[in-house]
Amino acid sequence: MRHGVERASLLPPAGEGGPRSGSDEGSAPSGETATSPAHSVGTLAREGGKDALDVPPSKRRRSWIGVARPLSPRRRTVLAILSFLIPLLTWAAVSYVPFLWHPLVEVTDPGDIAWMEPGMRVPKAAFADEVATAKAAGTAEPAGKPANPVYLPAPHEVATAFWTSLTAQPTQRDAIRLPLSLWHSIQIIFWGFVLSSIVGVPLGILCGAQPTLARVTEPVIEFVRYMPAPAFGALMVAILGIYDGPKIAIIVIGTFFQQVLVIANTTRRIEPLLIEAALTLGARNLRLIRRVIVPAMLPQLYRDQRILLGWAWTYLIVAELIGTSSGITFFITQQARYQHFDNVYAAILIIGLVGSATDLALAWLGRRLFPYDRSEA
Amino acid sequence: MNPVSPVVLPLEACDYRTQCEPVRARFDKLKSREVALRVDKLTKTFAKPGGGTTVALKDIDLVTHRREFLCVVGPSGCGKSTFVRILAGLETSTSGVVSVEGVPVSGPGADRGMVFQGYTLFPWLSVLRNVAFGLEENGTPRREAEREARQWLALIGLEAFADSYPHQLSGGMKQRVAIARALATRPRILLMDEPFSALDTQSRARMQAYLIEIWKKIDITIVFITHDLDEAVHLADRILVLSAHPGEVAELIEVPVPRPRSHNQALTPEFRATRARLDALIHPPKDEAEESVAPDVVTRMTSAGDEVE
Repeated sequence: MRHGVERASLLPPAGEGGPRSGSDEGSAPSGETATSPAHSVGTLAREGGKDALDVPPSKRRRSWIGVARPLSPRRRTVLAILSFLIPLLTWAAVSYVPFLWHPLVEVTDPGDIAWMEPGMRVPKAAFADEVATAKAAGTAEPAGKPANPVYLPAPHEVATAFWTSLTAQPTQRDAIRLPLSLWHSIQIIFWGFVLSSIVGVPLGILCGAQPTLARVTEPVIEFVRYMPAPAFGALMVAILGIYDGPKIAIIVIGTFFQQVLVIANTTRRIEPLLIEAALTLGARNLRLIRRVIVPAMLPQLYRDQRILLGWAWTYLIVAELIGTSSGITFFITQQARYQHFDNVYAAILIIGLVGSATDLALAWLGRRLFPYDRSEA
Repeated sequence: MNPVSPVVLPLEACDYRTQCEPVRARFDKLKSREVALRVDKLTKTFAKPGGGTTVALKDIDLVTHRREFLCVVGPSGCGKSTFVRILAGLETSTSGVVSVEGVPVSGPGADRGMVFQGYTLFPWLSVLRNVAFGLEENGTPRREAEREARQWLALIGLEAFADSYPHQLSGGMKQRVAIARALATRPRILLMDEPFSALDTQSRARMQAYLIEIWKKIDITIVFITHDLDEAVHLADRILVLSAHPGEVAELIEVPVPRPRSHNQALTPEFRATRARLDALIHPPKDEAEESVAPDVVTRMTSAGDEVE
């Protein structure tokens, strides 16, 4: 805060006749600190005292990088919207501005070129060659417009696909509707996460509270944690069949081992004074766990579970490819096979939306459940 | 550093060991009460990381009587916190015995309440439930525990905050609730580990007054750790002075300041004599030269003629 003031007086060595930049620069910042100490933060001596005094506080230049200052609510909203808008605008630009990327040519009129069809996407160079050949031979030239590869549909196509896949019946007979496949995926996640939590949360808490139990379980859990969950896929199919069993098992394997370690760690980070206070008040063993350790860690446990639920989603796609393909992954792979990439994007978007919506809802619920916990974001 | 001491109060020929008649009578009465806490040859050593051991406490002997107010002071690192934690049963001694009313201590228990330096109220419980916590842990049904807790809150004057949560209270209020919580299980001894050191000067003075009021009204022996020597003289019947490296009993001082105490007594000869003795024990004169800042330590970085002092 007083850097500017101090630097002005400290840096020139105590000798006289040195390059002291006049008394006005030395005194102006200190005069400013006297009148408005709270706003002297951003205005170092470099800015000059006079300017700093004239400019209203809100207009003063602030350093971009430094100690984090809270943003105003309006600015927070604007920035949040911007964070979505920037990638969206980039996508729109690449899709709609013809000279941005567009490495292909979509044929509108094949002319006399035998192998071309309307709607076909041809590399620019190949198209130019054909045009040149046709010109030389005097046959009808093909016509076309710049296009992006089929795997990058334009935003409006994805938006349309998003809406129709949610509302309309599928056109192919063997295709399933997006809402149904999504619902199936949500059920897989739910059961996988619940089964993992039923064992993982209590075990994690006990490991955190009991060093003996931690030592006898955590090394092996640490070891298994490094085995990628999908590697168990074939094994799970052999044990649990080809339907939902192995998929739920993959989610459980992917979540459980992390869960035990994360929650044990959270348990160990409880303020030890709280436990000591409880001990001096006569709390013991299981009652100590139930009445002090669990409530003390509950807000953080809740946050851990939110993060772990996010991880469970990442295992979903692999899990659904095991045995008979199902759920949102079946929808995505099927649509990709038909080259309906607009539907693929719609499905991926939906996963993102469901995930964030769940997380926001859980965060909101958390603030209501633990009003005393001020670290809750 | 101090060529001139600005105010020289005449230190009358007063020995901190001379007690006026009412004080002596009080101590006689105190010592005739049964023993509340007995500490016998208490020693605590820690294993050093590189091998070898550090002696934190060495051969501490102490006897306190029922309803005594004992303060423990000492230089930093003398092990006063370790001492009180052993009394609480939160740490084990290497050798020696601690007994409360004749019963040896083997772990934390409800016969010794403890108030910590930091805030240790359970943030997820209301003030009332915090105070009721110890009662419930010791088998009192919830309804009854809460009724009793309400009475404790009345004693500390915080009935109005029964349904508040700890984060809504000020620091001083939190420590009052912590005291009520520690007292609710009716311990024989209340251990306090620098309980007011996080508070500002005014709240601390108020808390000291509260504590004395509580101590007068209920049958409790208090062992109070502090590094504030004035606080020790103001509160204590006797002051246990520990020395550092190893932590040993330097002296057990009987405070000659008469009760009831007030902050005006800080200028009385008894108070100042006791305080002077504590200073001499805790800051031996030879250390002072080492600690004071020599004028040449800091390089001058200002121009000549711009002196501030």
